[in-house]
Amino acid sequence: MKTRVLMTICCAAALVSCKREERGFRVAPPSAEKIETKSLSDLHPAGSSVAPPTKNDYRENAYAVSEGEKLFAAYNCVGCHAHGGGGMGPALMDNKWIYGSQPQQIFSTIVEGRPNGMPSFRGKIPDFQVWELVAYVRSMSGLGTSGASPNRSDEMKGPTPPSSMPKQTPQNSSLPKSAERPPP
Amino acid sequence: MTALLAISEIQSALAPAGTQAMRISQLWWVYLTVLSAIFVLVAIALFIALSRRHAVAELPAPPFAPGEASERRTSTAVTLCVIATVIILFVLLFWDFFTGRAIYALTSDKEFLHIKVIGHQWWWEVQYQDPTPSNVMTTANELHVPLGKTVKLELQSNDVIHSFWVPAMHGKKDLIPGHPTVQYFRADKEGTFRGQCAEFCGHQHAHMRLEFVAESPDKYEAWLAAARQNAPNPTTAMQQRGLQVFMSNQCIMCHTIEGTAARASLGPDLTHLASRSFIAAGAVPNTRGYLAGWIANPQNIKPGVRMPPNPLSSDDLNALVDYLESLK
Repeated sequence: MKTRVLMTICCAAALVSCKREERGFRVAPPSAEKIETKSLSDLHPAGSSVAPPTKNDYRENAYAVSEGEKLFAAYNCVGCHAHGGGGMGPALMDNKWIYGSQPQQIFSTIVEGRPNGMPSFRGKIPDFQVWELVAYVRSMSGLGTSGASPNRSDEMKGPTPPSSMPKQTPQNSSLPKSAERPPP
Repeated sequence: MTALLAISEIQSALAPAGTQAMRISQLWWVYLTVLSAIFVLVAIALFIALSRRHAVAELPAPPFAPGEASERRTSTAVTLCVIATVIILFVLLFWDFFTGRAIYALTSDKEFLHIKVIGHQWWWEVQYQDPTPSNVMTTANELHVPLGKTVKLELQSNDVIHSFWVPAMHGKKDLIPGHPTVQYFRADKEGTFRGQCAEFCGHQHAHMRLEFVAESPDKYEAWLAAARQNAPNPTTAMQQRGLQVFMSNQCIMCHTIEGTAARASLGPDLTHLASRSFIAAGAVPNTRGYLAGWIANPQNIKPGVRMPPNPLSSDDLNALVDYLESLK
């Protein structure tokens, strides 16, 4: 009897602490206060200073990451970035980050748009969905938590699943030669 | 009671309105009658056996050795019961078999109305197929069919397994991702019925309903012709602003309104939203208040639904609802 009670308590405690599968339908999404809104000059697009990271509450939540994966296809991110491998837009599964790898930098990339093709989704995608996208985009290069990242791709033949992606150190990268403006 | 009866008429396999459902309900009544009769007979026999008293002294001493006559009576009774059981089982088997044949008889029809139904979490996408691609008409959560015409439903799923079930028309048919299934039926009785997802498909499975309308061919043709039209242009200033709100906010990312730039297919087609009697796959009636509440925060009405909250100013929301209400 005692063992059973103890086990019930342990299970309940385990359930409470299980954040991975939490689905906060009515919970206010993580705020988008700390968005980097630095204007970008022609000469130095990314800026070398990295802002202190904002914690994305969704990065440990498997549901949010998989929602991000769905939205990534639904909002046609795949149209340019493919399933991480890139195409018209840069690849997202490698360690090169033109505009920064921090969650809030990716957030502002999506919300503000970037030169040479990345459109601004301001007002078109609710903030919490942008954060879900951020969590998924980071998981593509192994920057998510292994517990929450999907362990297989939904595509026909995908890259290494995010949960077994080797962690890549983000580096700043300049724009590719082809994207540079021709001299006036 | 009246309410219960009303519900049972729109969503009940015992109130059939089509050939297939008719045969299914006949089979159900046959089974119910025969099996109930057998149950009552067995219960009576058991009761008689239990209530017959034997004095202890009358019983033979062990090992039990029943008399010749009693032995014969018992074997006759058992034989008769076995024969009756076999006959009844065969009757039910054949009835079953011929019902099945009758239900699937329409499969060989060459003339049919081809409709594609795609299950989503948690709503139904309905596409009326046509050899001319521009005539293919897409709507959501409503299915209109003409009386007396064979309907071929092509069932697909976009995410998980759903099950299409309009009890007044036919049995259930699963929608399996990556594996289209087909169902044939014919409506014989005019009326508005209800379909419901019959396979647990997630958080809002219970709110995945479909309005099913069986109507005369004339009415059906008129409805289809109207539904194929593009959305009407906004006429008042408020409606025009509503259209702008629609185009410049989150709405355009997921919805289609034919005749405008909104061409996304993630959520239900809204071209003739105002002509439908329910929103949110039958969760709430299509009234101004519910529509506005739904747009502002769908999670309050249908927690877990894929539509996100839309923080609009009250003026914008009013204009948007004005516009959506004009989409007859």
